Amino acid sequence: MTPFSYQRPDSIDQAIALAGADSRYIAGGTNLLDLMKENVLQPRRLIDINGLPLHDIEETAGGGLMIGALVSNADLAWHPQIEQRYPLLAKAILAGASPQLRNMASTGGNLLQRTRCYYFYDTATPCNKREPGSGCPARDGRNRIHAILGASAACVAVHPSDMCVALAALEAQVHVDGPHGQRRIAIEDFHRLPGEHPERDNTLGAGELIVGIELPGEGYASHCAYLKLRDRASYAFALVSVAAALELDGKTIRRARIALGGVAHKPWRIEAAEELLCGKRAEQQCFATAAERLLQGAQPLADNAFKIELARRAIVRALSEAAGGTVR
Amino acid sequence: MSENPSAAGAIGTCTITLVLNGEHRRLEVQPWTTLLDLLRDPLGLSGTKKGCDHGQCGACTVLLNGRRINSCLTLAVMHDGAELTTIEGLARGAELHPMQAAFVRHDAFQCGYCTPGQICSAVGLASERCGYSREEIREYMSGNLCRCGAYPNILAAIEEALPAVRGQKQEDAR
Repeated sequence: MTPFSYQRPDSIDQAIALAGADSRYIAGGTNLLDLMKENVLQPRRLIDINGLPLHDIEETAGGGLMIGALVSNADLAWHPQIEQRYPLLAKAILAGASPQLRNMASTGGNLLQRTRCYYFYDTATPCNKREPGSGCPARDGRNRIHAILGASAACVAVHPSDMCVALAALEAQVHVDGPHGQRRIAIEDFHRLPGEHPERDNTLGAGELIVGIELPGEGYASHCAYLKLRDRASYAFALVSVAAALELDGKTIRRARIALGGVAHKPWRIEAAEELLCGKRAEQQCFATAAERLLQGAQPLADNAFKIELARRAIVRALSEAAGGTVR
Repeated sequence: MSENPSAAGAIGTCTITLVLNGEHRRLEVQPWTTLLDLLRDPLGLSGTKKGCDHGQCGACTVLLNGRRINSCLTLAVMHDGAELTTIEGLARGAELHPMQAAFVRHDAFQCGYCTPGQICSAVGLASERCGYSREEIREYMSGNLCRCGAYPNILAAIEEALPAVRGQKQEDAR
């Protein structure tokens, strides 16, 4: 690791005042330190935010929950309110990483994970995300794990998080604080597609700090499923994952939320696909129609065409599982 | 701002205190020293292994405030005041920890390199709300790889020892 200085502020205001172009906030550090060991990132200063008062999970006036940015992934997944009211989120978190990593990784940091594209990690190769303008070897290189949706000429990386896929389906809000004050960002608008600026994973401004994630009151607790498909049974990133949530009236779908992981630069959600399910009977045929709509425009690379059919079937299966009732 | 000298932001040595295997230690660390490197090199606690150094293999698993973590992916300076238990701190004198004894009884290793991490991880699992079936143990031990493939015996050892370790923890908590 390249040497850096270390600071540990006690308050959010202090942390934000310390932030600059040469610094990074560190919480769990499970991804940041890995990237620093590989020299993908070389901050001159680390600002340790673990002393900030962002460790709690509290009910909001609107009937939802506010999750402090420093709550660990493990504490979040096993929190009674999350297990009971938002099992989709608990399932997604427990599908990711390992128990050791979940004990360290923070909620805010999970949103800020970088892609696991091999070329992004390998400083001996070009990468537009790491070094803007240097090129993308993945597009014509090894791209089995890469994007089938929303990619650009500059970048075909995918976002690695499971948690964020569930947050997208649950329509969470990201609360941030920064040099220009506090604001809320819908999860939909937090991560971005690569376009011509793949170096920007998200819409956070300079010095902005995630302080919490707000879940709305509706958690789709009785009919949800998180399906993750990967190269081994555990502890691997998703090739395709699906967060499916339904609100049913008997057999009729009143509301549906579907988000995909492992297929794009951000959790992939198409509201038009969800609307196709409204008022329909919860059965395979309409699930397949929704899957078609979600995958409309999918463009495979040389090694990942399998992801399109895998995603199609995974969507139908996840929706079928959700319709059958949440498996507790 | 914290009273730690590091708060000033200088590149240099920081002082931290740890309760390391039950012993209070005052230590000088550089900000970029991982917990794993602190344990192995200056402290000579080489039971904690460096496998991949990227959080993928679990050989460096230790118990930080009772919870299992990868010591390779965290900085020592971040844990001022923490309680840390490594494989060296599990036995009580000459008496092996029940999880260690189970690993010996089941011959749950071949080369032994992953073993300290496996054992610390399994002891951490005993404090969690999971691991109550063979399938769950397999899933919740997936962060510890064994290149020799000793998994069947590792699983048998953990399955046998978990109830006793859980019971001991509950007693200690009283």
